Amino acid sequence: MPFTGVRSSFLVVVAALGVLAGAQSASAQVSDDLGVIGQLQYQDANGVKVFVEGVDLSIDDVGGATTDKDGSFRIEVEGPGEYTINIDVATLPTGISLRDPERSSLQVTVSENGDQRIIFPLVSSESGAVANAASSASEGNWSVRRVSQLTLEGIKLGLYLAMAAIGLSLIFGTTGLVNFAHAELITWGTLMAYFFNIYGLVGFLGFMSGWPAPFGEGVNFIVATVLSMVMGGVLGYVLNRVVFRTARNSGVSLLAQMVMTIGLSIFLRYVYLYFFGGRYRSYGQYASQRANSFLGMELTTRDATAMLVSVVVLVAVGVGLTRTRMGRAMRAVSDNKDLAESSGIDVEKVISQVWIFGGALAALAGTFFGFDQVKWDLGTRILLLIFAAVTLGGLGTAFGALVGALIVGIAINWSTLVIDSELKNMTALVVLIFALLLRPQGILGKKQRIG
Amino acid sequence: MDWGFIIERTFSAMIGPEVMIYALAAVGLNVHFGYTGLMNFGQVGFMAAGAYGVGVTVFWLNWSFWIGLVFVFVYAAVLALLLGIPTLRLRADYLGLVTIAASETIRLLARSRVMKPVTGGVEGIDKFAEPFYNLSPFELGKFYSFGPFKYLGRDVWVLMVGWTLLILVTLMVQQLMRSPWGRTLRAIREDEDAARALGKNAYFFKMQSLMLGGMIGALAGLIQVIQKSSVQADTFNPVITFTIWTILIIGGPGRVWSPIIGSSIYWSLIVFVENTLRQLPAGARDTLRDTVELSDFNIGMLRFMLVGGGLLLLARFRPQGIFGSREEMALDRR
Repeated sequence: MPFTGVRSSFLVVVAALGVLAGAQSASAQVSDDLGVIGQLQYQDANGVKVFVEGVDLSIDDVGGATTDKDGSFRIEVEGPGEYTINIDVATLPTGISLRDPERSSLQVTVSENGDQRIIFPLVSSESGAVANAASSASEGNWSVRRVSQLTLEGIKLGLYLAMAAIGLSLIFGTTGLVNFAHAELITWGTLMAYFFNIYGLVGFLGFMSGWPAPFGEGVNFIVATVLSMVMGGVLGYVLNRVVFRTARNSGVSLLAQMVMTIGLSIFLRYVYLYFFGGRYRSYGQYASQRANSFLGMELTTRDATAMLVSVVVLVAVGVGLTRTRMGRAMRAVSDNKDLAESSGIDVEKVISQVWIFGGALAALAGTFFGFDQVKWDLGTRILLLIFAAVTLGGLGTAFGALVGALIVGIAINWSTLVIDSELKNMTALVVLIFALLLRPQGILGKKQRIG
Repeated sequence: MDWGFIIERTFSAMIGPEVMIYALAAVGLNVHFGYTGLMNFGQVGFMAAGAYGVGVTVFWLNWSFWIGLVFVFVYAAVLALLLGIPTLRLRADYLGLVTIAASETIRLLARSRVMKPVTGGVEGIDKFAEPFYNLSPFELGKFYSFGPFKYLGRDVWVLMVGWTLLILVTLMVQQLMRSPWGRTLRAIREDEDAARALGKNAYFFKMQSLMLGGMIGALAGLIQVIQKSSVQADTFNPVITFTIWTILIIGGPGRVWSPIIGSSIYWSLIVFVENTLRQLPAGARDTLRDTVELSDFNIGMLRFMLVGGGLLLLARFRPQGIFGSREEMALDRR
């Protein structure tokens, strides 16, 4: 397995890329050893996140660390087990204290799967605001600033979801199949971008041929993103060609095919886990950036770029679907397969194109979702949101998926105004159920018999 | 390589607690899918409802374990209503979407900080099952052997109660499916429009089926947490649902004894494969370790690859299951 053999050079590569890109790379997460990690932060009176530098933390009998300018710290431990981690309250800046002064030492269990993240919630006495962005949500801070920030986050989530959802919706439209393995196409994109970014093309070829490792240096993240989309298209094509086209040809029913997608999804997910491990990782570039402020909202350059790219891609998809021959054929097959076939469209070819296209879009979405963390089950975690988006917009319609994704993205972020952000993904289920109760064909779906 | 040990483990697994729990959950799924044709992809949600039925009652309300048993069924029935009302009038795949989403949401809700006072959050709930174990006629910590089987006393007690319930529930389902009510369910499965044309309220019958199967699933969840003596949100993971699907399809959907047969085959296969890999002679093991990085961690993962790959291949090539018949019910009938 290639991932283990190269970790020492891997650190060097990451460090080099970090310098080149001028990004504040979160190198805390990339070492192979186990550790306890975390990031100390609080919100000032304006609700802006501030990272706390220079705080000492320690683990009994193991060692200590001081937080860097991102507020991050990492303490390496010998192996899995129970540890007690202490924060030195005296080193906190004046005016900053623990939300719960009793809890200056915490028990933490480190598993063999990787670094264990731990949170020391901080409060700033000047604002009384709760440090942790997550827990401040339930406080119900309804300021214009907060609502606009959440809307922005919602649009970001919605754009990424839309790219993932369009493929799912088009596959449903052209074949009638609800593809539960779409989540794995998304994860595939994340993992491929990570792989190319860290190990590079040569490493990939070595991996493919099963050689131990002539691993080269990683390629630039932008190149890695493009390569990841290509690989997404390849996986989409292969899955259709090897698994689903043969099933369609031998007359396997749609519901049996749906169960096949579930089996495929579980299989692929654990193959990813097998090769990738259960740890959280970060890309070698753009892993963490300081946010820029504009109009009272905060956005990192990375996220702004990714959003812009998403908009361009989505517009291109829209134009492609309405203006090009291939896109029209896709919509025609979605609309009425028999009619499309009898008017001379090669349905199997269109289905194949939809899988390639959907796979590439899902991979791009996965690449962007991976900014927060690269993980083997990333896709599965957002599958619920994608289902809600697709159903809300209308199963089988590409533009419906876009509308549904934006609504779901914004609704989820707004929901943190009233509920704990830990539960925000529940909003997707609520949206899904209400969509089915009120308008089961979806916003842009045609009214037809779906009972 | 200790074949005796592997065979002993495999035999014990054939009637072990997992077999019984998953078979019970599969009986519920069989009512849903095998007899009514409902695509329930959230059976683990019903199991969680059963587990928290007793867990929450003891942990949060501080009521007796025995009152909790009532809530097991109340929660399952309420969950069935919530899932069924929006979806049972729609095409079959919509129920699938909503049930898988709901089961995952239940897990997220149960493990959340907000619900910690009620569900115990990530740490979960323990020390709630004493009233059950106090009734045990076996010494809890002692090993008991019966022929090739060997279990701890507490497991013998759980197994005795569990298997009795499993057989009773299976017989009940058998009788129900022979009744006019069960024949109506099967008529709906075969042709919903025809059943409706004959004046049967298909929506109403499907709802009853969803509730009944859900309650059986909840019972499985209850026995699982009693056996583990702890309620942990993360054990109710969607992969469990699809393990149950795999078991049901192995046995053949729409047949009374298929959940038990499927579960027994599934678990003995898993235990056999895992133990054989762990027990490989040193040389073979090292070779395997070098070529495919086979560690204990990876062996655990192999189970899920087998479930996924098995489900894929069964759905593709034998939708009626290994022992099922196409005349009764197959995955690709609807």
